[in-house]
Amino acid sequence: MSDELPAEIQGWIGEERYVEKTEFPIEMGYVYTTCSSVEMGNPLYWDEKVAQQLTGGPIAPPSMISVWFRPHQWAPGRSKQIQPLQVHFDLKQALGLPEAVMTDNTITFGVPVRPGDSLETAQILRSVSPPKTTKLGTGRFWVIDVVYINQRGEHVGTESYTGFGYKREA
Amino acid sequence: MSDEIRNLTTASLKEGEVLPSLSHDVTTSTVVLGAMASRDWRPMHHDRSFAVDRNGTKDIFMNTPNQAAWFERYLTDWTGPKGRLGKIQFRMKDSVFPGDTMVFNGKVASVETDAVGCGWANLQLTLSVGGKPVTDCTARIALPVDADDNPWKRTGDDWKP
Repeated sequence: MSDELPAEIQGWIGEERYVEKTEFPIEMGYVYTTCSSVEMGNPLYWDEKVAQQLTGGPIAPPSMISVWFRPHQWAPGRSKQIQPLQVHFDLKQALGLPEAVMTDNTITFGVPVRPGDSLETAQILRSVSPPKTTKLGTGRFWVIDVVYINQRGEHVGTESYTGFGYKREA
Repeated sequence: MSDEIRNLTTASLKEGEVLPSLSHDVTTSTVVLGAMASRDWRPMHHDRSFAVDRNGTKDIFMNTPNQAAWFERYLTDWTGPKGRLGKIQFRMKDSVFPGDTMVFNGKVASVETDAVGCGWANLQLTLSVGGKPVTDCTARIALPVDADDNPWKRTGDDWKP
């Protein structure tokens, strides 16, 4: 694997790509399912009176931020599957690295997400490492930020992912 | 609000304080439910053959967003509903698989009140399996400075996570 990063990928660094809106308004069904999946009994998400008193009405757990921009697996009229965090998949393809895992995740939270909100996201590639070898194989690490705003233009949060794209050893 | 609801304040916290441990036995359902709840349809979180043959892992494994939700649950079990996450950072050194027992531990690294009067606890957290840390996490969570304070009311320049 060459140490040099292709010019096309170099050009992606710092560029705002894939500006997308959530595919459906934020709703409580996924909030309850998420709380159930981790057995989170926080009354803020289960008791309307507590939600009204503390946050002026229902909100979603902050950690759910990425849930809202994951596309449907299928939708009518869609000819190919849309991937969440498309920049990650673009890097895999452009660098010829068929496998990938996420290693680090940093999330900074802004205003709470509420039922009925519609969010907009943008993906920004921050960096790509020289080739590295780990126990999984040889590849590169990359850092991608995802910035979220709501329909009022308020900052909802920023996620920063570190991914490792790799080829398994033969 | 009911008096029974626990709401931690920064006034009651000390640096080095240890959080109660949380233990959970992970099953295939835990991993699949977590992936579906977070709308993560990628096969390594529900298809064992794909995980083993393509990813080279021993089984399907817990996805990133669901780990974030587990850390949030661990934190807010401790703080009560007024605890408001400002920032969370985690590094996954290994995966969590069905059959594992996850154990969450944490301690208070520091307690502070920022320039706009918001109370914060900075925490060091670990998710371990079989005594081996698989995910290291740091979290910054806003807490009321007294019983009348509510971090969720902070907006604009009064919220500096």
